[in-house]
Formats: sequence, structure tokens, C-alpha cells
Amino acid sequence: MNKEILANQPFDLGLEFQRPIRRTAAGKIKIYSYSKSGAAVRGTLAVLLLLALWGFLSFDVKNVDFAEAMAKTWRNVQTVFFQPRLARNTFWGAMNQVLVTFCLGGLATIFGAVIAFFGALLCAKNIANPRVATATRSLIALVRAVPTILWVLIFAVSAGLGSVAAVVGLTFHSAAYLTKAYAESIEEMDPGTIEALRASGAGYWAIVFQAILPSSVRYMLAWTFLRFEINFTNAIAVGAAAGAGGIGYDLFMAGSFYFDLRELGYITWVIVLAVILLETLATQIKAKVK
Amino acid sequence: MPILEFRNVSKTYDQKTMAIQNVTFSVNEGEFVSIIGPSGSGKSTILRCVNRLVDATQGVIVLDGQDITRLSKKELRGIRTKTGMIFQHYNLVNRLSVIENVLHGRLGHKSTLSGAVGLYTEAEKEKAFAILTKLGLQDQAYKRCDELSGGQKQRVGIARAIMQEPRVILCDEPIASLDPSASKIIMDHLADINKTMKITCIVNLHQVDVAIKYSQRIIGLTGGSIVYDGPADALPQSMIYEIYQSNRGELITDVQG
Amino acid sequence: MFKAKPGRAQESVFARRKRVYTLTLLGVIGFYLLASLVTQFSAKDGISALPRAFSWIVGNLVPTEKALRRLPNILQKLMETTLLSISVTVVAGLFAFFFSLLGSKTTGAHRWIGRLVRIAAAFFRNVPDVVWAMLLLFSFGQNILTGFFALFFTTFGMLTRTFIETIDEVSAACTEALSATGATYLQTVFQAIIPSSISEMLTWVLFMIETNIRSSTLIGMLTATGIGYLFDLYYKRLDYGSASLVVLCIVLTVILIETLSTRIRKVIL
Repeated sequence: MNKEILANQPFDLGLEFQRPIRRTAAGKIKIYSYSKSGAAVRGTLAVLLLLALWGFLSFDVKNVDFAEAMAKTWRNVQTVFFQPRLARNTFWGAMNQVLVTFCLGGLATIFGAVIAFFGALLCAKNIANPRVATATRSLIALVRAVPTILWVLIFAVSAGLGSVAAVVGLTFHSAAYLTKAYAESIEEMDPGTIEALRASGAGYWAIVFQAILPSSVRYMLAWTFLRFEINFTNAIAVGAAAGAGGIGYDLFMAGSFYFDLRELGYITWVIVLAVILLETLATQIKAKVK
Repeated sequence: MPILEFRNVSKTYDQKTMAIQNVTFSVNEGEFVSIIGPSGSGKSTILRCVNRLVDATQGVIVLDGQDITRLSKKELRGIRTKTGMIFQHYNLVNRLSVIENVLHGRLGHKSTLSGAVGLYTEAEKEKAFAILTKLGLQDQAYKRCDELSGGQKQRVGIARAIMQEPRVILCDEPIASLDPSASKIIMDHLADINKTMKITCIVNLHQVDVAIKYSQRIIGLTGGSIVYDGPADALPQSMIYEIYQSNRGELITDVQG
Repeated sequence: MFKAKPGRAQESVFARRKRVYTLTLLGVIGFYLLASLVTQFSAKDGISALPRAFSWIVGNLVPTEKALRRLPNILQKLMETTLLSISVTVVAGLFAFFFSLLGSKTTGAHRWIGRLVRIAAAFFRNVPDVVWAMLLLFSFGQNILTGFFALFFTTFGMLTRTFIETIDEVSAACTEALSATGATYLQTVFQAIIPSSISEMLTWVLFMIETNIRSSTLIGMLTATGIGYLFDLYYKRLDYGSASLVVLCIVLTVILIETLSTRIRKVIL
């Protein structure tokens, strides 16, 4: 039935319109547009899929009985989530640990924010010297290239494993992340404000504190809180891997030292609830600023 | 027999907001009807009730002799192939080429698999090119849609709708985002399609003068109810004020050039 | 000959702003003091550690001979970590794509399924990968699969959320149009949703690959696999020369991947 309808061409198939049609070698009409973007997407997808496959083939799974491990995991998940029980601590003890982690993250965020404020002034495109800006951005890229845990461990060499190394280590990525975020907030400012103040002869710091800070402070606060959320999770991870204390340390001990699944479950619940709480607060803050 | 009939159709959202109320009208085949009314008067809702993008809460809608208010999935698909739609914001797949977007008009007739993969027959492709030529877009056929101007995008939208070989074309504010010259091109194309291909056109418009110029019949809608349903050249100025609920001198059409 | 006094309205704006600033400053300082107490953080120790740490870094930047002999091992582990990161992200991306179709308002089947998917994604996103790793150690042991699954769950949650946002944002309009022509669900997915959102989705996948390389360093320490394991090994043995070579290699790899990824992203968008 379709062929009948299409045969009834009410249009004049003059020779004119044959020219723009592109055909394949077999004579079929092509319909795709050839854009660089499309080719790049397809190419990247292909490469990623191949690399993923190569990755799977090269995994050294060391005689793990996959089915058995999955079954065991499922049982463990049930224990962890449905039978939590603290063995080596009390509820308030655990809360205290959460507070410690909270403070570790908070300190790193504060230090990061202060450093980032000045860093952003150095690399925001609308107010900084271009060469200084490029240098600052390169420095930030370098800092971000070192995983946080490694920063912490590097500092632990001279400061020992503890809160000092943790906070200083966490500050690096905080500062890098927030510098970029603050710089973007500054760049989104209305250029007229800065221009006007410059024209009236205001000094650099006057412009910063009277114009830049008030305009971007809301965005900066939002970003800072978002970073705090990330820092809380990082502090847990660092606590686990570098013995810096807090709930992360308890998590690590329950898992790798005492092998107590039920305690692990309890701590997991505490962590998950804390993270969800922060996440909800963060969403509300994001909504207020937008 | 009219090709489209609305009988006491109402649409209520959340049991509170009544978008349209007791709407009754009918459209004969080959007519060019414009629906005018202020924002929020229910023009878009009426249009979307025809192809069931919105489901009416009350009343009966008959399209081409079939009651479309109760349909199976397969029958719904059939109805949708009979109605083409053009949107204010063109609603094209921007990253695909113009010709691919036009061919989307055939998806309603194709099997799920061949449609999903984009396997069109040579006849379908040639028809698409013919339609593009008729609309003057044959040189843009291989361009990505986000490279086109607003007027060109809307013409692609029209081409996609014609590709369906519909009985009715529904136009939801087709020229609201276009400049005056592009607007004229689009409305001229619609008028041409209506006359030569005998496709019924139902167009939502803000611009009353355009509605009067291009359509034989006008339906005026205010607050979800029809307040005028008659020939375009008989539309009195006082009725325009009533439709837009404003007084003399407050409408842009009152401004003397 | 009279001085213009600032009107009452102006006075309160300046006074209010000063008050807000002072309160914030006091609040921050207060938190700093409290937190330092709670965590036993000493700013003095921190500041004095800085120059020592920097001199350590500078001192160890140039790899020693002993360290260089370990280079092949380091590179092999780095390759392992990178491949792990890519495969985790790709698989998580595929799952996330499927689930995001269910979870998006535009393409979801029922509202309840969509809500369920979004809650599940939030759950998986918010449980830190460390927690998954600790849990999986019990059943999979110190194995690359432990790290794989730990990263998988977090990445899956994150990507599902962002894919849902992408689909909602980019394809609502053309999905409506294609439904109006009578296209079926599958046809709409392949002919409208995928073409519109694939670029943004791919950008997010590339971003997650970068993030996962860094995360897998830490997870590797806990699961004794990958480059994290090597670093931990050298560090605990006080073989700082080799440890810093590991750091150097990681930095170079991350920067390489980041540059590649940025360039690809520019072309894709």
C-alpha cells in the first residue's frame, strides 16, 4: 500500500533537483550530514568500547569464583543493611566521629576557600593579567592531577599521619576546585561595574571588596558548600586510607581489621544518612542561588 | 461529513485548572481555520487534543469518522500519521541533517526496527527530496538543522509534516518566533499546501491580521471557551476586543501605521 | 553650608552589610577554633610542615636510579588502572543510559518507575566508593573486581542522574514532535533522543573517566590492586624515591588524559 501512495507524485521531478542529491557507490541516496562533531562522537565511542573490552580481557581476576562471590556479596549486603550493630563504639561515639570528619572537611573547605579567593583574583579572565592567569591555571591543573590521598600521604611524611596531614592534603584539591569555581563566578559579573569603578580611579582592593565580592558572594557561597559536601566524602576516604581519624577510620577498622560486617553496616548507615543530609541541604542552597 | 469534530470537549488539569471548557466545533476537509486568543486561552490544548498529545477529560473528538477518544496503541499511531504538526519552536532534531528530519515524517508507517535504525527506501528518500525542493530547501538537505535560520527550520518542520501525507496539519503558533519576511514565507507555504494538496489546516495564531488574511474561517477562544466561530472577513473589531479582553487602543493591532 | 547626612535607608544598607560581614567572619573563625579542637588540628604544625613537605617534593622530583628500575612495573600498573577506569565508566554509562530512559520524565514509562530510578541513582551516588570497597572486600577479596564494582556503583549513580538531566533538557521538544508523527517509543529513542543527547552524555563519560582514575588510586590502596597499591607499597617501605616516581607518572597520565578529553569535548560539542 505504501508504494502506491508514493507513486502518486504530485511533484514535478524535474532534472533540476537531482543535483544536490548525494549517492553511495551502489547508487543509493545518502541521508547523513557529515559533520566533524558527529565523526568525533562515533570515533570516541568506538575507541572507548574497544579500550573497555581490552580492559576486561586484561583483568587478572585470580581464580575468583564469580557466582559464589556475587552470592556472598548479596548476603553481606543484607547483613550490612539490615543487621547493623556497633561493637566497639556507642551511638554517641559514632556521632563524635562523624563530627570529627565533619570538622576535617570543614577546615579543609575554609582554607581552600581563602586560598581560592585570592587565586580566583589571579585567574579570572576579566580582571587578571593574562599571563598570570595562564600560569595560575596551569598550577591548578598540576595540583588537581595529584589524587587527594597522595597529597595527604606526601604531607604525612613530614607531619605524620593525623589531622594535620589530612587537612592540609584535602586543602589542595579544595583550593583548586574553588579557585576555578570562584573565577567563573567573577567572570559572570557585569563588566560595566568593574569598568565604572576603574574609570573613577578606585584602587584594586577597593574594587575587589566593593564590587567583585558583593556581586559574586552568593555564587561563591553555593560553590563552597558544594565543595564541603565533597570534602566530607573525601575526609571519610582519607580517614580510611591514611588513618586520619573520623568515621572513615572506623569504617576501615571495622572492615579490614576487625572484619565485623555488622559494625560495618552500622557505620555505613551513619555515613549514608550524613551524606544524604548534606546532599539535601546542597540542593536547597543551589535552588536558592539559581 | 466534516473531517474533524469536537463535541463538548473539556480538559481539566489536576481537577482544578480547566484549560478548555465545552468546546464544540467542526472543520470540513480542505478548510483553512485559524484559532486566535490570548495566551493561556487553550489554543494549544485544543490542537494537542486532536493528536492525543493531550487527553481530553470530557467530550468526544471525531477525526475522519473515528472517535479518537478511545483508541488502542496501534490505532493511535494510525491517527497520528493522519495529523501532521508544526511547532512554534520547530521541534527538530538539531543534530541530524535536514533530510533525516524530513524522513522522520515516515516513521509512523515504518516498522519499529527499520525506523529506529533509519533504514528508508529509495522511494521515501526521493519523496523527501521532492518535498524539500518544493519548499526551496534542496541545497540545505545535508546541513545539520542547528545551522539553519528560524524560517528555514520551520520549513523543515512543514516538510516533515507533509511527508506524512496527512489529512490535517495542526500548526501551533508557527510564526511566533519568526521575523515578518520569514513569517510570510511560512504562511504562504501553508496556504499553498492547503490549496494544492487539499490538506486541512488548523493554525493557532497571535497575529489577528495574519489570521484574517490567510484563513477562511476563524475560531476565537477566550478562557477556554469559544466566543466566535465564523468567516474571517466577518470578524468584527468588537469581537477582537472581547477575545483579548481589552479595550480599544490597548492592542498592537490598534496602532495606526 | 550643611553636610548632607546619609538618609536612613542608606545608612542601614551599609550598616547591615558590615554586620553581615562581621558575623560571617566571626562565625568562620569560631568554626575554625572549634574544629581545630575537635580534630586536634594544629595550624602551627600545618604551617611548619609546608616548607618541609615542599623540600621533600623538590628533593624527590628527579627519579633515582633505583626508582627508574621500577619504571616498567609502574607503567604496567598505571595501564591497568587506566583501563579499569575506562571499562568501569563505559559499562556504568551503558547501564546508566538504559536506566535514565526509564527515569526521565520525557521517556519514562510510569511516574513511579521514574521516581524509583531517581531515588536509586541518588542512593548509589551518595554511598562513597570507599564504603562499597570495604563491603566488597569481604566477598571478592583483594582483587581488581572489588575496585571495579566499588567504582561501578558510584559512577552508575552519578551518570544516571546526569543523563536524566540531559534527556529532560535536550530532547523534550523533538520527542513531542516525533510522537505527533506516530513514531513508536523505540523509533523516538534512536531517532531523536540518542542523536540529541549523545554529545553531552559522552562529555560526562569522559569527565567520569578522569575522576575515576584518581578515585582508583585510593581504592587501589584498599584493594591492593593498581597504581595505588604500588604507591602504598613503596611508601610503607620508606622507598620515597620510587613513591615519588609513581606520583610523577600519575600526574603525567592524568594531564595527558585531561588534555585529550578537553580536545575531544571541544570537537564534540
